[in-house]
Amino acid sequence: MSESAVEIADLTVAYREKPVLWDVDLTVPKGVLMAIVGPNGAGKTTLIKSVLGLVRPAAGQVLVHGRPYAEQRRRVAYVPQRGTVDWDFPTSVLDVVTMGTYGALGWVRRPGRAERERALGALDHVRMRDYAGRQISQLSGGQQQRVFLARALVQDADVYLMDEPFQGVDATTEVEIVRLLQELRARGKTVIVVHHDLQTVPEYFDWVTLLNIRRIASGRVDEVFTEENLRETYGGLLALLSGNGRRPEA
Amino acid sequence: MRIVALGAAVLGIVAGALGSFAVLRRQSLIGDAMSHAALPGIAAGYLFTASKEPIVLLAGAVVAGWVGTFVVGAIVRTTRVKYDAALGIVLSVFFGIGLVLLTLIQRRPDASQAGLDRFLFGQAAALLERDVVTMAVLGAVVLGVTFALWKELKLLTFDPDYAATLGFRVRGLDALLTGLLVVAIAVGLQAVGVVLMAAMVVAPASAARQWTDRLGLMVVLAAAFGAFAGAAGAVVSSEAERLPTGPTIVLCAGAVVALSFLLAPRRGLVARFLRERRGRRRLRVDAVLADLYELGRRHESFEHAHSATVLEAARGEGASVRGTLAELERRGWARQEEGDWTLTDVGRAEAENRRAARERVL
Repeated sequence: MSESAVEIADLTVAYREKPVLWDVDLTVPKGVLMAIVGPNGAGKTTLIKSVLGLVRPAAGQVLVHGRPYAEQRRRVAYVPQRGTVDWDFPTSVLDVVTMGTYGALGWVRRPGRAERERALGALDHVRMRDYAGRQISQLSGGQQQRVFLARALVQDADVYLMDEPFQGVDATTEVEIVRLLQELRARGKTVIVVHHDLQTVPEYFDWVTLLNIRRIASGRVDEVFTEENLRETYGGLLALLSGNGRRPEA
Repeated sequence: MRIVALGAAVLGIVAGALGSFAVLRRQSLIGDAMSHAALPGIAAGYLFTASKEPIVLLAGAVVAGWVGTFVVGAIVRTTRVKYDAALGIVLSVFFGIGLVLLTLIQRRPDASQAGLDRFLFGQAAALLERDVVTMAVLGAVVLGVTFALWKELKLLTFDPDYAATLGFRVRGLDALLTGLLVVAIAVGLQAVGVVLMAAMVVAPASAARQWTDRLGLMVVLAAAFGAFAGAAGAVVSSEAERLPTGPTIVLCAGAVVALSFLLAPRRGLVARFLRERRGRRRLRVDAVLADLYELGRRHESFEHAHSATVLEAARGEGASVRGTLAELERRGWARQEEGDWTLTDVGRAEAENRRAARERVL
């Protein structure tokens, strides 16, 4: 039996005695493109951060490809929310993408020509090569997102964890990002995405996890993305979701 | 004199370079807390060893600065007091303790007056060669570490979470950067004094940011600005009697900041003003050109000239139409016929081009 990409058991995270995640069990098979959805405060970002070791859980453990995350850092790439970074920082697009190579370089070693080439290749992939020398404060939201994606691509990881990559991004970029994610899946990578737009879940993803502090459901979209599960996840907010074709948002 | 200028330049370089990271991490004020907190350390260093060796006092400053940072963190972690308030508390309390200790030292019957109060506002004139050597050695170590761990510090400053996922020990790097900053500050205290040292951490870096969008160049510029402010300030205060060095150095740094904010090519106020003026002029040219073209079209003849008054009426008061007409004439796009205005052939082509471009966009 081949192990799953990510296996989470009994994960509980609390902040000042309030549970943010409670007793979450989750198995993510390899090679899926999974959305994590839930209302605000459901613990979606905390879940991602717990997997990455950025948040210390009160209980539970995380395995990546069968081994503890700490041993598998090289296999995992993180695409944080755009707002977590100061885009006025004095650096260029190429510079940021090159940061993706720092993990492999280790301490002190500087990025050289090989690293630069890989970064440019990743920029090619997200169609941002012409912006390589651009100062990052001059980028639009969609361009910033693509830079973050390129940075993750450079790591050539097996598992990609992304936090709301479609947030505040123009329609063209959104289409492009989806294409990229599906390409990653086609190459056998596992992509886990915290997603805010329920409307597009069936269209973009093949697996989904419904989260609201506890894991409500997880599995294939056509099996698990049901009205009943959504009702349980979103509670009273479901009124915004039904009928009249209005765009449901978490 | 040369020793003095050299010592002050060294401090400027080190404070400017490390200050760049502090400023980019939005931790500008931590430098202030560190320097004020250093005072009791300096006093304690003297009290415990009865020695005014620079290395002893420096060590005291570093330890106390470190402790101060640690206390700030502890306050934030364990109470509901916010970061800026914690900084203020530590800054004032430590400084108060330092002043008390200084007073105690001055009351002692020792022959050596200690003269530790020069650490309040700095006295570069009192710098001896051995002081400068100590400063230079420590400064070199700090800069060396910064250079060696350049990519790590850049990554830590830009995106610490991402750095952690790559496997870098973020907590350790953070402590290291803090340590480097404490040493950089301690190095400068003799010349600038605890009260004003924070300026040397913040000002050169802020000035440098106006001139470049690349981190490496920013750090180098900050070091250069710091060196200049240090040397110039030290020289000035040495010439004048009894003028403490801290204020003069800081004034020089302040001048550099002011000039940078004014004159920097893209971010500077002058550049922005000129850009806006150019933009306004372009809009006016566009408008009057379009009006002349429209008038020509209506009359189905560009031979028919119109008075400036007609054009002014179209645009209203304060539109400086006459000035713009002169500009159009200068460019060869409009000409006068007995005091009235019309477009030249070139002007007509230009007006058509601009109209087409506008339609493409709109």
